[in-house]
Amino acid sequence: MTLQEAENAIVEEFSMYEEWLDKYEYLIELGKSLKDYPESSKTDDKLIKGCQSRVWLDYKVEEGKIVFNADSDAIITKGIISLLIGLYSGRTAQEILSSDFSVVEKIGLKENLSPTRANGLVYMIAKIREVANSIG
Amino acid sequence: MRAYVMLLMTFVNEIRSQFPALSRKVYGKDLVYFDNAATSHRVRSVIDEWNRVSTESNANIHRAVHRLADEATQAYEQARDAVKEFLNAESREEIVFTSGTTAAVNLVAFCFGEAFVSEGDEVVVTEAEHHSNIVPWQMMCRRKGAVLKVLPVDDSGHLMIEKLDELLTDRTRIFAVTHISNVLGIINPVGEIISRCHSRGVPVFVDGAQGAVHCKVDVQDLDCDFYAFSGHKLYAATGTGVLYGKRKWLDAMPPYMGGGEMVGTVTFAETTYAPLPMKFEAGTQNFASAATLKPAIDFIKVLSNNELVKYSDKIRDYLLNYFRSDSRIRLYGVPRGTDNEKISLFSFTVDGVHHEDLALILDKMGIAVRSGQMCAEPLMDRFGVSGMLRVSIAPYNTMEEAEYFVECLNKAIDMLI
Repeated sequence: MTLQEAENAIVEEFSMYEEWLDKYEYLIELGKSLKDYPESSKTDDKLIKGCQSRVWLDYKVEEGKIVFNADSDAIITKGIISLLIGLYSGRTAQEILSSDFSVVEKIGLKENLSPTRANGLVYMIAKIREVANSIG
Repeated sequence: MRAYVMLLMTFVNEIRSQFPALSRKVYGKDLVYFDNAATSHRVRSVIDEWNRVSTESNANIHRAVHRLADEATQAYEQARDAVKEFLNAESREEIVFTSGTTAAVNLVAFCFGEAFVSEGDEVVVTEAEHHSNIVPWQMMCRRKGAVLKVLPVDDSGHLMIEKLDELLTDRTRIFAVTHISNVLGIINPVGEIISRCHSRGVPVFVDGAQGAVHCKVDVQDLDCDFYAFSGHKLYAATGTGVLYGKRKWLDAMPPYMGGGEMVGTVTFAETTYAPLPMKFEAGTQNFASAATLKPAIDFIKVLSNNELVKYSDKIRDYLLNYFRSDSRIRLYGVPRGTDNEKISLFSFTVDGVHHEDLALILDKMGIAVRSGQMCAEPLMDRFGVSGMLRVSIAPYNTMEEAEYFVECLNKAIDMLI
């Protein structure tokens, strides 16, 4: 699936849930399904600054593709970063940088989070772009 | 009995109807506002007074002789009289208007520090303080080379006043304590603290941000040296606050800010200062908002109705019982004696669940609660948590809302575990 197809699929998936609580349930499940993040990688340099809860983002490059892993102490935030990783992990820097990241607006995530949390989302995306820029 | 309950509910609903914000919906659900310790809503008479001053009597106070200036000045000074009566201060000159509790603490920390604190002196605060009653003292201590000491709280959230005597020394210049912590909700024995400090010659600053809302405060009876509170937690307009100070201290302290209306005469060589309270009110004051303290205080008299207080206590006891009985919940600030030691404010954590997730889900259910460090990081460290969830109840909240909250909290916990 191309990145754009994956982004469209998420938008469609989200549109199935009318109630925000259902969207949260979905994010909580996504958060729980995120693969284990090693305690030893919960270091300050991997913390995404500006988030209300703690969010760590780590990555490695495998065969030219960026593989992300992340964790958070809050499960909904973890679901959000999991959703982003699901889209952008395992892709090349060029692919990631080709995205306009409008997916978060299309699923209504941004305006439905409190301003401090919406900022956290902005910082998560900025971090993913920063990583892609440093590799690409 | 049934008729009585109906009458009471009519009264509560009548009070609710005076708060326009309470009838709004969030995400299509009735708003349940349980974040009153952060700020209360504005009562209609407060909104009306702000509108009246702004539309009819808008003029800079204390300066001009024209009619509008006279009306605005009167509204402002009548609010001062209302506050004097509310706190039972000895004189109106002891009531200084500020922008809020934080500004009042900063004023005293700076000006008292300038006048009375030198290198090697000591200032005592407590572990139960919010940042507003820590940082200004810390800044003053740094400036003066003084030492900041801390009175701890015990596991139930009570101040360990048995340690007070060993903390106070010949170098202690002032003791700053909250009347009621915004996290623990325990009413501190400030009267006892004040008399024990005074017996050692130490003046006491009381942070009344929560205390003024929940307790009848009589500054002469308490004998506190300073008492500060915010208007916005007390149904008045935001940007208003009060500093009460005993005249002997306020007279002896230098001014905080220089500017218009805080002066006697000004020349480039020298300036003399205006008498109290104007000495501490430099520049154009937030007069339209300050004027709303009067209708807010009038409204508080309505809230002191015995039956309403009983009803509010029932809601508190219901929530206290719930928080104590659910084994997944850890409550911070637990009464040791009667429930009346605690106000209707509950900070808690749920094992295995992040406070922010709960707050987010409750928000979508229409319930406004506070989550995070509550501007009291040292207290979070004391209890070994990164944050808490807090519900704080006002007299306009109902038992139905409390029951709905408990139902929603259980649903939210189930979603997250």
